[in-house]
Amino acid sequence: MNRINRLFQNKKERVLSIYFTAGFPELEDTVPIMEAIEAAGADIIEIGVPYSDPIADGPTIQDSNMIALENGMSLKKLFAQLEGFRNKVNLPVVLMGYLNPIIQFGMEDFCKKCQELGIDGLILPDLPMGQYLEEFKELFEQYGLSNTFLISPQTSENRIREIDQHSNGFIYMVSSHSITGAKTGISEEQKVYFKRVQEMDLKNPRLIGFGISDAETFNTASAFGHGAIIGSAFINIVKKSKDLRTDIQQYIQSVIQ
Amino acid sequence: MIRVDEKGFYGKFGGAYIPEMLHPNIEELRENYEQIISTEEFKTEFQSLLKDFVGRPTPLYLASRLSEKYGAKIYLKREDLCHTGAHKVNNTVGQIILAKKLGKKRIIAETGAGQHGVATATVCALMGMDCTIYMGELDIQRQRPNVERMKILGAKVVPATSGSKTLKDATNEAMRQWINDPVDTHYIIGSVVGPHPYPEMVARFQSVISEEIKIQLQEKEGRENPDLVIACVGGGSNAAGSFYHYYNVPEVRLIAAEAAGLGISSGKSAATTILGTMGILHGSKTLLMQTEDGQVVEPHSISAGLDYPGIGPVHAHLFDIGRGEFVAVEDEDAMKAGIELSRLEGIIPAIETSHALHALNMIEYKKDDIIVINLSGRGDKDLDTYIKWGGY
Repeated sequence: MNRINRLFQNKKERVLSIYFTAGFPELEDTVPIMEAIEAAGADIIEIGVPYSDPIADGPTIQDSNMIALENGMSLKKLFAQLEGFRNKVNLPVVLMGYLNPIIQFGMEDFCKKCQELGIDGLILPDLPMGQYLEEFKELFEQYGLSNTFLISPQTSENRIREIDQHSNGFIYMVSSHSITGAKTGISEEQKVYFKRVQEMDLKNPRLIGFGISDAETFNTASAFGHGAIIGSAFINIVKKSKDLRTDIQQYIQSVIQ
Repeated sequence: MIRVDEKGFYGKFGGAYIPEMLHPNIEELRENYEQIISTEEFKTEFQSLLKDFVGRPTPLYLASRLSEKYGAKIYLKREDLCHTGAHKVNNTVGQIILAKKLGKKRIIAETGAGQHGVATATVCALMGMDCTIYMGELDIQRQRPNVERMKILGAKVVPATSGSKTLKDATNEAMRQWINDPVDTHYIIGSVVGPHPYPEMVARFQSVISEEIKIQLQEKEGRENPDLVIACVGGGSNAAGSFYHYYNVPEVRLIAAEAAGLGISSGKSAATTILGTMGILHGSKTLLMQTEDGQVVEPHSISAGLDYPGIGPVHAHLFDIGRGEFVAVEDEDAMKAGIELSRLEGIIPAIETSHALHALNMIEYKKDDIIVINLSGRGDKDLDTYIKWGGY
């Protein structure tokens, strides 16, 4: 059983996943940020692999991607940085990245490397389910990687069921019609959607992301799902930070209280 | 047989690699577009607008002085005479009718040189639809007159300020906007790029070009098929339109002129089939200019309309199987070819189109060959560039 499944077996609520962009704000910040996230009490680390054209992301994450690329980040560089990280970090780790850089690296080599290093799962937002089932599912399973799909308020019940059937870590519930970092707060309309999915009684745990930034939004999301994912708000913290460890500690504590 | 398969692939290229948030939109389009465009109601409205609003059929003009110079019988398919000045409007007319039938209230589109933006703003005005055009901040500066045209037509022009601030980023921005507002909005993609069904849908709306060529050539030459068809390729919508009914007629050579910019090895080029490798951009698997790490490389061309790092999946397929012959035309040569056509035939072509004209110097053909060049657009928007280049 991989670390993601183990986590959800032991913790059924208020699971906090933190997204950050590898190589941002400085190239070598990747592993120190992971250690700080773990020390601060979050549950899952989601490492963003920077890409030149992140179409599901808003300005905050676009900027962190651009800066990381300018800093010299690449998949090869990231894997080099992650050598031996399992001596320092115990939390489940998920890589989030757009398909193109991974395809250039080679999907099988990529999966193999992930397994070697101790990465537990993948979120590939522009990999549709059909293509995953046809081309990559076997590979992911062979290398013990869980795959997380996104769902949004527009996703039909049938498709949610299908996604649930083919997911084996958690389901990433996009909280609204939006790209990342576009909206803050949670509206009544969103709660109706959260409740609708909650009542579907899916086999996979659900984490709610997009628009989660503080204790209030985290609490709301946790009331309807197993927890939440914070991305843009966390990027804004590390962007301004002069002392990553302290600021990350403070921020994550303020969210989970 | 060159045809899109049910999953949206042309051979190895195509597909729909999109975030789940766009899945319902793309599915809605995929499930409905073929049915809608095959109804009599749609066909009647589309044909009538192409005739009376766009000004079709466009002439197939025998360019005698050009023919004399190059020693072949050269016809120009005059898409430059379409309303708004280029072939782009064929597609926007089709998509706006489709959008209405799908019950959409808002239109968004990307644009590079502004021709597709103008063509979109035009049909939105015609149908009374709300219209927002995404355009790279850099292109807004380069193509001022087209920005003004869009505004006069009532469209909102939003600068794309991310990345390189050109067409690729305008497309990213439009896709993001579609994610933000998926229910009431239709995204009119301007080229044969993007997730399935866009590449095939746009090609079908543009296929009126080769449909007319067949009829017109039959009248003029007693045969439907020329020996060669030449078109320029950025994303490739005018090429797809002029090749469409000849894809599966092997005796017709299909010549695609890409932009070599300052030269293939200059680092400032947009010659995707030469410099590109298999990758995924804007929702489809295609040939793509990218680094070995899979980051998309900024292209360069003197013509904003060819300034795109990818190519439509159907063209990647034509290249892959050797059905299309691809040439890469440098900025300088394209400019010369544009001036040459101006002086020989009294037609100032768009600089994109000038790339297709220069292909005549790069390929072999026989003296009695019949060549059709798709004259995709007029050069009004490019006067500044011509003037600066030639010192007129």
